Amino acid sequence: MEKFNYLLRLGDDSLILGQRLAEWCGHGPILEEDIAMTNISLDLIGQAISVLNYAGDVECKGRDGDALAFLRLEKDYKNLLLVEQKNGDFGDTMMRQFLFDAYRKLLFERLQSSTDKQLAAIAEKSLKETRYHFKHSAEWVIRLGDGTDESHKRVQNSLNNLWRYTDELFYVDASDKVLTKQGILPDLSDLKSLWLQEVNTVLDLATLQIPTNNWQFEGGRKGVHSEHMGYLLSELQFMQRVYPNMEW
Amino acid sequence: MVSPEDIYVFLEEVKDPEIPVLSIIDLGIVRNVEQLDSTWKITITPTYSGCPAMQVIEEEIKIRLSKEGISCLVVNELSPAWTTDWISAKGRENLRNYGIAPPEHEVDKSVLFSAPTVVPCPKCKSRSTKMVSLFGSTACKAHYQCLICLEPFDYFKCLK
Repeated sequence: MEKFNYLLRLGDDSLILGQRLAEWCGHGPILEEDIAMTNISLDLIGQAISVLNYAGDVECKGRDGDALAFLRLEKDYKNLLLVEQKNGDFGDTMMRQFLFDAYRKLLFERLQSSTDKQLAAIAEKSLKETRYHFKHSAEWVIRLGDGTDESHKRVQNSLNNLWRYTDELFYVDASDKVLTKQGILPDLSDLKSLWLQEVNTVLDLATLQIPTNNWQFEGGRKGVHSEHMGYLLSELQFMQRVYPNMEW
Repeated sequence: MVSPEDIYVFLEEVKDPEIPVLSIIDLGIVRNVEQLDSTWKITITPTYSGCPAMQVIEEEIKIRLSKEGISCLVVNELSPAWTTDWISAKGRENLRNYGIAPPEHEVDKSVLFSAPTVVPCPKCKSRSTKMVSLFGSTACKAHYQCLICLEPFDYFKCLK
């Protein structure tokens, strides 16, 4: 049960952010970035397929990755509030991506040493992709932050708006502690300080400031989502709800 | 009696649907072939997690082997993760002739704003090229342009 729960968190982060990035298809500021965001989306959806299929196997109730992705109710999704936030402008999307990529890169590095062979294999595979995503998002945060007055102002605003969702990246509950005891989850207690270090290095180069107001929100990990989630799911699930079991 | 070597010969005819000059053997995604009782187990590994070609490749493997009257089970295995180092020398040459620059030894990706990898133009061989985008027409490629013959081309990016 604990493992299933953790796999949902990991898989839902990929699935929901992948869905958000896919919304950029045909709307990117330039063609190359349109392609970049949809490529990253594809990697994330691929990771979601691996993780959710495995979650289905672990659960043993006959649900596969598709059933988990398309047929759960909102409260049963365990993704971070950060990844379901709206795309906003290109700077908002890059800032959200950067904060997430920095976290996932460190997380996958650790998960490679999980005693659970399948989880370790997924982490090993996904890490290579995540490093590439991080390079892309971090470079954009620096370009925009250290760019024109307008881009600086706007991406600082993105950071101010998204920072309140970052404590949740390091959410740990009793279920995780069981997995840590079993060695399925490696020790992640220093993940936040490593993340802060990495994020600070990039934000310094970008001449951006972490907001001093540190009011934080959480809920996604428990299935309590922001108002944006319902709209996202109605689009994500539309085909399976309207044409049950359709394939293409 | 079918031997593993025979199976590899048949699989050589299965191509990457996105890059039809590259066989799945040259791409380095066939990990193992093994005879079970009445069927063969073919273990493959994905290039990228979300590569849509993988499903097609699985189907193509089954179709190709069924032509020989061989039934098979295709299994996906993620670890050790695929790297472009596994693309064969013949595969690299085929890519170049097809107009896609094969993977080059790349600098550490963790360095931000590192100078892009120098990738020779697959058409005129000039080393004077520029990277247009880190991402290209498929997950495995980046987009480049030659500054001498002006040819825009795909670069099969290095994955380690």
